[in-house]
Amino acid sequence: MPDVSGLLPAVTIAIPLLAAVLILITGRHENLRESVTIAAAMAMLGSVLAMLPSILDGGRLTLVLLPMVPGGDLALRVDAFGMVFALTAAALWLLNSFYAIGYMRALKEHAQTRFFFCLAVAIAAAIGIAFSANLVTLFVFYEILTVITYPLVVHIETPEAMKAGRKYLTYLLVGGIFLLAATVLTYILTGTTAFVPGGFLAGSGAALTLQILFGLFMVGFVKAAWMPLHAWLPAAMIAPTPVSAFLHAVAVVTAGVFGIVRVAGWVFGMTLMASLGLGVVLAVIASFTIVTASLFALCEDNLKRRLAYSTVSQLSYILLGVSMLSVAGMTGAMAHIPFHAFMKITLFFVAGAVIVAAGRERISDMKGLGQKMPVTALMFAVAAVGICGLPPLCGIISKIYLAIGAVEGGMPILLVVLIISAVLNAAYFFPIIYTMLVDRPADPHALDAVSEPPLTMLVPIVLTAVISMLIFFFPSVPFMDLVRIAIGEITTGVVP
Amino acid sequence: MTLIDHLPVLLVAGPIVASLLTLVAGWHDRRLCYPITLAAVLGEFAAAIVIFRQVMDGGTVRYYVGGWAPPMGIELVIDTFGGFILATIMLLALMTALYAFRSVKKEVPAEKTVSFYVIFQILLAGLIGMTITGDVFNLYVFLEISSIAAYTLISATRKPHSYVASYNYLVLGSIAAGFILLGIGNLYVATGTLNMAELAVMLPASYDLATVHAAFLFLIIGFSIKAAFFPLHLWLPDAYTESPSAVTVLIATVMAKVSVYALFRFLFSVFTMAYITESYPVTGVVLLIATIAIVAGAILAIAQDDLKRLLAYSSVSQIGYIMFAIGVANRIALEGGLLHILGHAVMKGCLFMVAGLIIYRTGTAQLSELGGIAREMPLTCAAFALAGASMIGIPPTIGFMSKYYLVLGAFEAGLWPYAAVLLVGSLLAAAYIWRFIEIAYFGGHHDEHHRTGGREGPASMLAPTIGLSLLCLLLGIFVAAPLETIGLAVAQLLGGT
Amino acid sequence: MIEAFSELFFARYNYWMAIILMLIGLYALIAKQNLVKKIIGLNIFQTAIFLFYISVASVEGGTAPIYLPDGASAVYVNPLPHVLILTAIVVGVSITAVALSLVVRIYEEYGVIDEDELKEAVRG
Repeated sequence: MPDVSGLLPAVTIAIPLLAAVLILITGRHENLRESVTIAAAMAMLGSVLAMLPSILDGGRLTLVLLPMVPGGDLALRVDAFGMVFALTAAALWLLNSFYAIGYMRALKEHAQTRFFFCLAVAIAAAIGIAFSANLVTLFVFYEILTVITYPLVVHIETPEAMKAGRKYLTYLLVGGIFLLAATVLTYILTGTTAFVPGGFLAGSGAALTLQILFGLFMVGFVKAAWMPLHAWLPAAMIAPTPVSAFLHAVAVVTAGVFGIVRVAGWVFGMTLMASLGLGVVLAVIASFTIVTASLFALCEDNLKRRLAYSTVSQLSYILLGVSMLSVAGMTGAMAHIPFHAFMKITLFFVAGAVIVAAGRERISDMKGLGQKMPVTALMFAVAAVGICGLPPLCGIISKIYLAIGAVEGGMPILLVVLIISAVLNAAYFFPIIYTMLVDRPADPHALDAVSEPPLTMLVPIVLTAVISMLIFFFPSVPFMDLVRIAIGEITTGVVP
Repeated sequence: MTLIDHLPVLLVAGPIVASLLTLVAGWHDRRLCYPITLAAVLGEFAAAIVIFRQVMDGGTVRYYVGGWAPPMGIELVIDTFGGFILATIMLLALMTALYAFRSVKKEVPAEKTVSFYVIFQILLAGLIGMTITGDVFNLYVFLEISSIAAYTLISATRKPHSYVASYNYLVLGSIAAGFILLGIGNLYVATGTLNMAELAVMLPASYDLATVHAAFLFLIIGFSIKAAFFPLHLWLPDAYTESPSAVTVLIATVMAKVSVYALFRFLFSVFTMAYITESYPVTGVVLLIATIAIVAGAILAIAQDDLKRLLAYSSVSQIGYIMFAIGVANRIALEGGLLHILGHAVMKGCLFMVAGLIIYRTGTAQLSELGGIAREMPLTCAAFALAGASMIGIPPTIGFMSKYYLVLGAFEAGLWPYAAVLLVGSLLAAAYIWRFIEIAYFGGHHDEHHRTGGREGPASMLAPTIGLSLLCLLLGIFVAAPLETIGLAVAQLLGGT
Repeated sequence: MIEAFSELFFARYNYWMAIILMLIGLYALIAKQNLVKKIIGLNIFQTAIFLFYISVASVEGGTAPIYLPDGASAVYVNPLPHVLILTAIVVGVSITAVALSLVVRIYEEYGVIDEDELKEAVRG
């Protein structure tokens, strides 16, 4: 019997694509369509889990799909770091599917077939990014993700949404062009674009060329929403909440930071980054973004937009970890990708639940919601505490690594950034918790009609919060193990 | 000699015979015209594929018309490049023929359908002839045959505007043809032969003659007009916009590509790489103008309100991409350029077919009146979205692949700024494609009256449209197949054969 | 100076005449407002090219290229350009016919054959 496990990476991407086609076909029959989504999400999670053991054993799956262009075939390569992203995306797609079905039905949204179709293709693209074996493949999936998420962003089709959509598309397509230029330049310099643990660029060009190349990559990965190129992310919050939750807290932005970590560890390599002085540049960008975005978040009254700025700030933690160019820093950066995703999706889920159950988007209107929606509000509190970096949630783990990394990487000043940011995080999250749980509305009967959201939404909220907590107690299953393997891969004999 | 050996000449003679047959049959019964035309195009498509396979298996096919060897007789030559173009244009011609039936029924007056199909065949004969001839004067004759056919077809709708468009095209096209004729004359004076292969052998001896330089300039300007290379594109927007939809598809894909092909032929097979880069270095200028064309065409496209006109200006921009390859003039860029000839033909064919379908149902192509059209014609607009993505260069479509090669070629040649402009050009493409996407999918909530009766266009028009849009995707994913041919073709072009 | 010029001109006067005629034709094509006059310009332009071909074919003292049965070796003019130009003339006539018929149509539809007035009419 031929070994089919070698095809698993391709199967994982094919499942949501197939589901997308089926969704189009079954579009008229809502229940059938939704069961396709759920079945595909389960199948995909299963297929990712099936690959997990061999990856945890330190193995790698590679698969060349098609010859494409000079510089890179369409090829997949599943390694520990890609697995971190893929596992996060697969698990959250399943939860998000339930949530999205509940949300879209509760609000009787239009064009739901288009919505679920685009979501399925987008997840395929996200997994493709995670499993890319080279820059060309990464670019292909990156661009697909850009285009296919556009209909999701402009879903409500109002003039404001169209304007936001244009902004979204402009930023991301311009970024895509920079990424293409960076990819081609990498190929011209080295004759390959395949990822190599520890990087392959060393000695291939003048320092200035390589510095420019890194600049191209940074602008290319504009999806990481680093400042001042972050404006598309708050604009994209006009999308329905499941989209904001999944794509703009998990798949899209994560694809951006994933790309940067990939490039830092597998294209440049930490030694080369350090010798080019890129760590400092990255540290400045990341610190600036962390602090400024937190300040922006403080001034936002719209819950989703505040969460968006929080995302911008949190993503830069990952960049900060990379910039330290130390083992602990990199570990923190990689670990923060799944950890942040789980916590942030909880917060977005709650924001959506409030819209569905109470029709409110502004924080100042949410006084006393905790009375009527105790579970929802509690879960919000739990996740918010986690994002601030307090136990018993996973956020603290990555932050401790980041703190160690700051010292280890010889940049103790970054500790100050981390502390300031923690204070700011608390400053913009705790008032929301207070408003929801403690405050009372001016009109006592204003909330009479409000109740908990439907179960399809409530269960995912609780699950994501619980998972965030479980990761704190069992961090090595499996994320920290995967991260350790990935770190071992890129630092073998390079940096202590 | 078997029939197979005579295929090259049958390719040219076929459409001419078919056109006469159409004329006679049409005299008897108008309804017979279309079946004859379709059968003829189908046969020519099959013949083109057979020849293409022959070329791929056994190398260049040469055929002496009437058994007269050159320099006395006319030679038909199909090498890899010619075979590739032949297969491309016949595929598009077949799609257009399928598409034409309902479209022509609606747009062309019934009493003119006979002459329409007759001239349609003659246009094809001219274009096929241009592709496979190995004789420069013969190429001129075929060029004029196809041009005259095109002038008449453009005005086949008998709309007043189309007469003016046709007249303007005729004037500029005749100037172009005059220049080409003059260039050919100068080549003849310098070498005493009209056969392409012999010209390529004899020309290097007289590379420094003023006559040859003059010939070169006349030819490159003439073909640039025919190919609508900016700023010589002035005839194009009106001609594309006012034609019947089927004709637009044909001249925007097949005819435009054959003109570009002829330019490539002269630049690389008659003159050589050495001439255009060393003896008379024009590549720098071509590159500069091509870059301007990419940007200017795209900006003009963004400013249009008529879908067909928008796509026409987009063609001006896309021709710039192909000329960009000539300007960079290295192997990778030329592969990109050839790939773009195929890719652009497929995607622009699809986009113009969509425009035709929309006109068929709504009677207008004004963007401002098409708000929310995607709700009424979802398949049509999905085809547009896919082909549009290819136009922008979103992977993994064919448009991305050719763009990648062009950028790679420019980078390899160290032409960074030009590569940057090329990339900006693709952003501008996004802007004009998105204008339609936004309007079609997300525009016009208030506009509830059904312009189309909520129906897609007829299946015979829809099928080729969707086929071409899927081809944009499939050619991109399985790009290795066309690239194999293109790699050979480029090697032959650069080898100076 | 004058000698050099006259040498340049007279040594290849057939080229110069063709170029002058061509430019006259091109001028008419571009500058004339009247659509019919444009076509006349086109004809002059084409004829100039035809004359160029014919003139390069001529051989000093050459006769018509007719095969003489007694095998006498006569000096011929080059017959090939003549043949080519016969074809080109046919093409030119066809183009003129199409162009004129288009002008007739335009006149029927808009009632003008002046380019500027036509532009007005098309816009209006």
